[in-house]
Amino acid sequence: MELLFEKSVAGRTCSLLPECDVPDYALPPEQRRERALNLPQLSEQDVSRHYSALERRAHGVNNGFYPLGSCTMKYNPRIDEWAAALPGFAQIHPLQPEHTVRGCTEALRLAGSYLREITGMDDMTFQPAAGAHGELTGVMLIKRYHEVRGDRKRTKIIVPDSAHGTNPATAVMCGMTVVNIASGPDGCVDLEKLREAVGEDTAGLMLTNPNTLGIFDRNILEITKVVHDAGGLTYYDGANLNAIMGVVRPGDMGFDCIHLNLHKTFATPHGGGGPGAGAVGCKDFLAAYLPNSRGQASPESIGRVKAFYGNFLVVVRALAYVLTLGREGIPDAAKNAVLNANYLKKRLSERYQIAHDGICMHEFVITLKEEAKQRHVTAMDIAKALLDYGIHPPTMYFPLIVEEALMVEPTETEGKETLDAAAEVFLSVYQAAMEHPHRVHDAPQRTPIGRPDEVRAARKPVLRYPFGA
Amino acid sequence: MGSYLPSTGAQQAEMLKAIGLDSLEELYQAAPTELILEDGPAIPKGKSELEVHRAMEALAGKNTVFTTIFRGAGAYRHYIPAIVGHIAAKETFVTAYTPYQAEISQGILQSIFEYQTMICELTGMDVSNASVYDGATAAAEAVAMCRDRKRKKALVSAAAHPDVIETIRTYCWASGDEMELIPCRDGVTDLSALQSLLSDQAACVYIQQPSYFGGLEDAAQAGGIAHAAGAKFIMAINPIAAAIVPSPGECGADIAVGEGQPLGMPLSFGGPYLGFMAATEALTRRLPGRIVGETADGQGRRAFVLTLQAREQHIRREKASSNICSNQALCSMVAAAYLAAMGPNGLRSAASQSMAKAHYLAARLEGAGFPRTNQCEFFHEFVTTCPVDKTGLLDYLEQNGILGGLPVDGGLLWCATELNSKEEIDRLIQLIQTYSEKGGAA
Repeated sequence: MELLFEKSVAGRTCSLLPECDVPDYALPPEQRRERALNLPQLSEQDVSRHYSALERRAHGVNNGFYPLGSCTMKYNPRIDEWAAALPGFAQIHPLQPEHTVRGCTEALRLAGSYLREITGMDDMTFQPAAGAHGELTGVMLIKRYHEVRGDRKRTKIIVPDSAHGTNPATAVMCGMTVVNIASGPDGCVDLEKLREAVGEDTAGLMLTNPNTLGIFDRNILEITKVVHDAGGLTYYDGANLNAIMGVVRPGDMGFDCIHLNLHKTFATPHGGGGPGAGAVGCKDFLAAYLPNSRGQASPESIGRVKAFYGNFLVVVRALAYVLTLGREGIPDAAKNAVLNANYLKKRLSERYQIAHDGICMHEFVITLKEEAKQRHVTAMDIAKALLDYGIHPPTMYFPLIVEEALMVEPTETEGKETLDAAAEVFLSVYQAAMEHPHRVHDAPQRTPIGRPDEVRAARKPVLRYPFGA
Repeated sequence: MGSYLPSTGAQQAEMLKAIGLDSLEELYQAAPTELILEDGPAIPKGKSELEVHRAMEALAGKNTVFTTIFRGAGAYRHYIPAIVGHIAAKETFVTAYTPYQAEISQGILQSIFEYQTMICELTGMDVSNASVYDGATAAAEAVAMCRDRKRKKALVSAAAHPDVIETIRTYCWASGDEMELIPCRDGVTDLSALQSLLSDQAACVYIQQPSYFGGLEDAAQAGGIAHAAGAKFIMAINPIAAAIVPSPGECGADIAVGEGQPLGMPLSFGGPYLGFMAATEALTRRLPGRIVGETADGQGRRAFVLTLQAREQHIRREKASSNICSNQALCSMVAAAYLAAMGPNGLRSAASQSMAKAHYLAARLEGAGFPRTNQCEFFHEFVTTCPVDKTGLLDYLEQNGILGGLPVDGGLLWCATELNSKEEIDRLIQLIQTYSEKGGAA
């Protein structure tokens, strides 16, 4: 498909601005831009058709089933979108006087109070813009805690090998050393290895529960106790909170601070990669270290992690969502997310090998290890074949502790018919792949493009339109 | 209560039966029983959509929407072409995830590729990433890109946005790097002070164009000074100003960053906004975040993919260039659609009109007894003294529907854009004169 720049016609414009009604101002010559400005020159209809064409070449939750593990692709309620677009939220300058933004501050306060109840935390900031940003903020809190106590030898963050890659990357951004510990076969923490790993240099542990295999770690209370007994703190990665929200609380499991992905658990849309919001909650003893924002400046704060107050309009959406579901709806959503995952797992286990038996939480992991070995059918092949049936594939090759992994998270907003239909597709794709392994290597066939040459993209990077250069 | 669950009670029972359980509660048998919340979380009962509609409307109604704004300070109200909102609201763009599956994500990948191209054009740089959270985090990530084993100090202009300075400070504290402020003089960076602060410890110099106080920096000279000392030059740029003032590329920047909000994003009480980052080709593999590249599929059809992923956390884990894994894709699409609608002439017009209005405003304010405190050239913001009680004046303006300049040390920080008509500016001046005559003088 042509790029905006290829559709450009010199001299074509949209008429948007009036003539200037005050005298022009001329910059001195040395303060003027000389470089050409190659922006496309288009009519409004050109722009309209371009983006409509792009939309047809994309796939959202509105287009079909999206069981992308660890991403919680649930339905994004449109009332939340409507609320975020209200001029009383969208047209507010961040530096307006306090008494003119009471609705904004109340929205933040309400969202904070509800999310603290759901997570069992005492305080919360909305400044972080995404999950990884929340992790960064959380580990900064841990660093500050030890620093303020003068406990400077605590420089190690323990991370299970089943964790998201953001966990170790975050720890390093905070000047910490990462201690990876091997998980048990179910992705759960190996208590013996944890006990060996903790010590006087332990700053903290980063953990998600349920873990990335979708298993609730039944030793969770013992795990947090081992870390606390060694003088470390515990960080809860909220990526998988959708399985347990309103049923059990990270705060009660013994976690000291957490982040929430409002764009997963609390139904705000992903926007093709963002904006999200990564609220960070903590227990009272860490509250003084939370990021500074308007009217709050604790001398012990870690400082700012972002301008202003975070992705405010995302918080507005999450607030509308929590108001809608409320006390009964929040746990009901979690339970149905878990039910849907277990039901789909049961259906798929007819053919597929599930990485771990037993009841899963909101997601489960398939392994195609044997198929890859015996038939040369990989997780990638199955994923690509699903594309031809309008299903967004599961997360591929994660967690790293499972070979040829496909991680499936149906979410609670899919009905039984959708799950049954998807199961039929998964099973028939499997059968076809086993019968004609070579055919599946060429999948997908019915999508706007076939498999792209990723090696070429990385070896000879073309990262912008060259304008005939 | 409200609910988005499609499954009926009967269907839930059917599914439970299929997995051999009797109740939903049994799903949580691995959780210690003492942790289970019997009655759910202590929050209000759920509501119908209409009740939520009313509750959110009531909250929004407690805020004051100003029709006339003379305040910027990092968040700027510009005209947003009507088509931009329609594009940003397209359901598929709103609800899609990061475009991992290229075959069904060409629309989003192409829009990011187009955005990257436009950011390269605006900044005059070689390569752009797919965006980061906002201008402040873009600045902090840029500083982190410049660190090496020998050079661990970042020199940051005191004339940069205070939130940006604080964000850089926080990131540097966390990673164990040093940050030092370059003093400011006459509303811009003191370049002779910069000269004396530089040493072989300095990893980078960070300058914001225009400065927080609206002043136009001699960015090329700042870049020259940084490079002479072996430090990298990071230049933040207001993307509207970039249409008419020398681009970071022309000023010798190694990395260009900035707050993309002026490119079609509403004020939104501070977010979501857009952090853009672009660099010289040499620094490509040090860029954090997503990058989209062009390639082809098996049949030779043009294709876009997320590329150079060996920099990223999901591959490199603790060796990654950053922990970031999202980008502000929908905001970058807004920026691209905004730039596509404005075109080069529209963008230049928004920039030069903003500058002209600000100069008209400054002249009128001076006539009303509010002279500028700095002599530097400025774009669309500037500081004046305030000979009357600041709070009293701003309250008075507010009663007349105007958000006045931001109180800062030494006076008020004013901003004008193409949205401020001459009539609005004249009315503001009249109100200030009335207030001053009424004895508002401090």
